[in-house]
Order: sequence, then structure tokens, then C-alpha cells
Amino acid sequence: MSGFTESDHQRRRAAGEAGQVASEPLGEGAARIADAFATSGKRAALMPYLMGGFPSPERSLDIGLAYADGGADLVELGVPFSDPLADGPVVAAAGTAALRAGATVARVMEVCEGLAGRLPVVLMCYANLVLVRGPQVFAAALRDAGASGLIVPDLPMEEAPAVLAACDAAGIALVPLVAPTTPDERLHAIGARARGFLYTVSVTGTTGERAAPLGERVAQIVGRAKAATDVPVALGFGITTPEQASEAADAGADGVIVGSRLVREAAEAKDPAPAVRRVVAALAAALS
Amino acid sequence: MTAVEHRFGPYGGQYVPETLMPALAELEQAWVVARDDPGYLEELQELLRDFAGRPSRLYRARRLSEYVSGPAHARTIYLKREDLNHTGSHKVNNAIGQALLAQRMGKRRIIAETGAGQHGVASATACALLGMECVVFMGTEDIRRQRPNVERMQLLGARVHPVEAGSGTLKDATSEAIRDWVTNVESTHYIIGSAVGPAPYPSLVRDLQRVIGDEARAQILEREGRLPDRVIACVGGGSNAIGIFTAFVGDPDVELIGVEAAGDGLDSGRHGAPLTVGGQSGVLHGSMSAVMQDAEGQITEAHSISAGLDYPGSGPEHAHLRDLGRARYVAVTDVDALRAFTTVTKLEGIIPALETAHAFHFALEEPSTSTLDLVCLSGRGDKDLAQVLERLGAEEL
Ligand SMILES: Cc1ncc(COP(=O)(O)O)c(C=O)c1O
Repeated sequence: MSGFTESDHQRRRAAGEAGQVASEPLGEGAARIADAFATSGKRAALMPYLMGGFPSPERSLDIGLAYADGGADLVELGVPFSDPLADGPVVAAAGTAALRAGATVARVMEVCEGLAGRLPVVLMCYANLVLVRGPQVFAAALRDAGASGLIVPDLPMEEAPAVLAACDAAGIALVPLVAPTTPDERLHAIGARARGFLYTVSVTGTTGERAAPLGERVAQIVGRAKAATDVPVALGFGITTPEQASEAADAGADGVIVGSRLVREAAEAKDPAPAVRRVVAALAAALS
Repeated sequence: MTAVEHRFGPYGGQYVPETLMPALAELEQAWVVARDDPGYLEELQELLRDFAGRPSRLYRARRLSEYVSGPAHARTIYLKREDLNHTGSHKVNNAIGQALLAQRMGKRRIIAETGAGQHGVASATACALLGMECVVFMGTEDIRRQRPNVERMQLLGARVHPVEAGSGTLKDATSEAIRDWVTNVESTHYIIGSAVGPAPYPSLVRDLQRVIGDEARAQILEREGRLPDRVIACVGGGSNAIGIFTAFVGDPDVELIGVEAAGDGLDSGRHGAPLTVGGQSGVLHGSMSAVMQDAEGQITEAHSISAGLDYPGSGPEHAHLRDLGRARYVAVTDVDALRAFTTVTKLEGIIPALETAHAFHFALEEPSTSTLDLVCLSGRGDKDLAQVLERLGAEEL
């Protein structure tokens, strides 16, 4: 237990240091992520989401490699969890299937290793899986697997100090999320602690495909995020079509994350790798 | 009063998606104001009194006392009759309090999760009373085994949203309710049904349920001129238990015992007893506490005959009370709970909820030198009749 709880004293100190945390020198992971954003050659970097271990560990690696072939600049690699509170039905079902097919954290780390030679990998993992191992052990395992960053969707700023310290020590960028409901002051506090990029949630809701254009709201959401941080702003949750990806880039997003659309393709296609490569290529084309 | 606790020792916290953080802050702020606002408190007290029927009775259970007493040792058992509340359980205390709070916050839509259906019924009732929209998330297995409560909720105007994920029980219903809240947070208040979830919920639910123990403490002092040796309550998420424990936490001579579900037996792994089993703590539904999980940190499924105890998590304050040694947690199997269910029904003419039957088994069958027990009779068992009959068969009754 001692590995993942911190005293009130430590919590207060971490909260008070919000300003200084930003001036931390770039870790190895953050540097690789920054480079991927800077050299994408697109209007916005493309970061598809991959459910690790879905439909099986081997095939999920093939799907990730197909993302790279299709023109992805980074990959967000999800670790399946029993109770994914931030995920809609498509990603949640893929996670359940992956667990049934024998996915473990270690096997997803192997997928990470297999992808990290091609493009920067940012792991998406729910808090309990990180905390049970202990933040330091987890961050070190990520580093050993070649990962560049970590996203923990149920670890808000208040709960993050121990994981942030462990990630900083291991050269892994702990990428925070902000939501449309996040007030400005809080957005700045989160933006100041961001490593790698600021994961900007485009909708009030869980992951899942949305048919409607992003519309005018998106410029405000992206603008607000960019004003709150020095790191790139990547927009995610609900982005499904090349048109929406293009809208995100028009709104000034530095990166676009596409999840459920691709997970559904992987679930439905007879031969997932070429199918997802086509979808990724269409998204990449819309961003070029 | 002090501000709302976010941590109970190492437990508690707010492990939720960022989208919910402002809503949790808003809820905490609303509660800090409401709990000291005479307007809110008066309305709450009036409804608890005239609508829910508080204070609930303290009943000296004559035949149960006889049943546990021997020639050399007399023990008296008192029952705190939460089963006599309107809607039939302690859940109404929390549902009315939170629905009033939601009204003050300007939220017109209520969501709730339910296992046994008692919290769903209590929430649907509070919403009917206050004219609010109500959606209740309930696992498909629980819909099957707690049918009368499903029909009650629908009659009260609530929409029951079936949840098929996982084992179709309370954990899955809670996850789905949280997802709905993430999506509709601006219009919606989530009335969580137990002392679980992210801060401020464990404190909020405790504050609304502590009326059980506050009343019982005064009642037993009046009747017996002394405090009980033991206070015994069943623990699902832990709301009736923390509700009755809180008034006695500062009385070191009063032993506090929480009774979890041992299901098929603790060794079988098929149970709902994370506090009793111990082991590494974990994060479920927004807080750090005792949870059932595998070595990876995947939350495992609980098993109990009682839908309200069929939950792999536990309230963070209970985990802390356990670590402090202030409360003790034990577990009772399905079979033993069924036996206690029929014993209490036959001896006292009270049909207890299957949840409560777990607490009764411990009180009635475990040897003790206690001379005065207080048992929280958290709810009535009408909802459980079909399931008990299915398990026991008419001749065993
Ligand atoms: C009658 C009754 N008792 C106990 C419980 C368990 O909940 P808690 O531990 O929050 O009191 C329930 C839950 O559904 C219930 O209906």
C-alpha cells in the first residue's frame, strides 16, 4: 500500500509546486513525443488508439503495425481493464474480449515493445493496474518496453503526484486529460503539469463514435486547452471520420486521436490489419 | 463541522475521469452548505419523519434474546427497525437527502444504481415525491432475482436500465451509472446508494445514514441505561453499517462488527467479502479501498445470494476502521444466511432482507460473552421471497 499513497504533506507540496513542475527538462519519452508532433508533416499528428490484446495479443501487434503503415504518427495503446469507466461500449467490449483472450499487462507491454521501434507508444491504462504494481515498478516496466508516455484516465491531478514522480524518474511522459467541463483555473493547473501532450477530451462523455460534425464548439475547446499549456494539444473522444479529423486540425489541434472507429473496424473486419490500414490512411490523408 | 474528508487513512480519494471532477467539487460545496442550512435540514427532517416514518423503532427481540441466552448467560438483542421505514429499508434516508440536495443544485435528472433494488426503489420514491426524472441502472441478474422491486420502480415512474455487462450485478450497474453521469453530468445528479464512490460520496452517504446510529444510541440508553456491548450490521458497500457505527465509534467499549457475504465460502473465492479477506487494496468506482481483485489488479466478480451484498468493493471508511482495529469484519455464507432468514422469520414474525440475514446469522450463531447486542435490521425481506423459495423449497421453510 505504501507505494501508492502519499501523505497530505506530499500532496500539498505537489499542489503548491504546480508552477515549477512545468519547467522540468524534457524526459526521453516526452522528447520522442514532441518530435513526433513536430515532424508529422501533417496539419495535426495522427494518433490511433489500439486495444492491446484485442482480438489477440499477436493480432493486436499486427493492427498496431498497420496503423504505422497507414500513416500514424504515434499510437495510443490501451490496456484492457475490468471496469473501464471512461469508455463507451465499443472499447469496453473489446477490452472484455481481450481479457477473455488472455491479455495481461505483461502481454500488452510486449505489444508495446513490438510497436515502439516504429512509432512512439503512449500507454492508456486505468489507475488500479498501475497502483497495484506500484507507480515506480510500472513506470520502469514501461521504460523497458520502450513506451514514451502514459495516460491514466481515472487519475485526476489530485491523485497523480506519486505516478507523476515515478514517470518523471523513468523518462515516461504522464499525459493528463482535460474535459469540456474542466474550469479555466483547473485547466491551467493541469496544463502546467502536462508532459508530452495535453489530452483534450472533445465531448462531455465516454469514448465512442459520434456521427455529427464537431462544429463550432471545437475551436473553443482547443483554444482553451492551447492557452493553458506549452505542450501540444491532442483532441480525442468521439472523433470518427476524416472530416471530423480535418475539423480538429482546422481548429488548431496539434494532434487527433481516433479510437472507437478503429476498434470497431478491428472487431468487424475479416482481415483487420489491411482494413484498419485503409481507415488510418484516409484519416492521414484528411490531415495532410 | 469539519470539511468533507477525501481520505480515510490511505483509503478514499477521487479516481474518476476528469469530466466528473468539477461535478464532485460542486456536490461537495453544495453539501457543505446544505448540512448547516436550517432550511435544508428542516425539510429533510420533515420528510424523514412524516414521509419515511422516522425515528425508526428500537425493538427488544424477545425470542431471539431467548434463543441466544443460556442458563448461565443472558443476552438481550435489540433490533434497529430500518425495515419499518417507508420503502422498507435504510436506503430511503440517503435517497431523500440526496434528492433534496440535487434539487438545490438545480439538477432535474436523477440516476442511481441498484443491486437488491432497495436503493432503486428509494430513489424512485424520492423522485416521485419531488417530481424529478429517475433512471435506475440494474444488472440483468439482479432484475431476475429482485423482480418485485423492478416492478415497484417502474410503477413509481422510474426507468429501469438493464445492464448486461460482466455478471449483471451491482458492480456492473454502478459502472454503467458512472458512465451515464460522465455523459450527462451537467443535467444529472448521481445518487450513489452506498458509502462508496469518489469523495465526497462516502462522507455524504455516511452523514445521511448516521441518523440510524444517532437514534439507536439514544434509544438504547433510554431503555437499558447503558450502551450495547456489540453493534452488528451487514456490509455491502457499507452504508447501513457506517450509519449505525458512526454514533458509537467514540465509545471504545462498544464492539463494532460488519458482516460481509461469504457466498459459497471464503475459500471458494466466490464471495463478496473484501474487508474480511484483506490483501492489497485497490481502486474501484472512484475510491481506494478493500476490493476483490486478481494479481494484475483486474476487479473480480463477487458472489452472494443477496444482491445487496454481491459487490467486490467496500466503503473506504470501513477499510480504515478495520485497519485501526476499531471495527471488525466477518463473513457469513449463503447457506447460513438462509438459515438465519427463516429463524428470524419464525421466531420474531419479522421477515428480514437476505442482506440483513447475514448480520443475524453472526449475532445468533457465533458464541459471544456479550450481554447486550444491537443489530441493524437494514431492511425487510418481501423482495427476497421468490429467491428464498427457489433455494430452499417449500418444505424446508
Ligand atoms: C436491506 C439492505 N441491507 C443492506 C444492503 C447493503 O448495502 P449497504 O452495505 O450500503 O448498507 C442493502 C443493499 O441493497 C439492502 O437492500
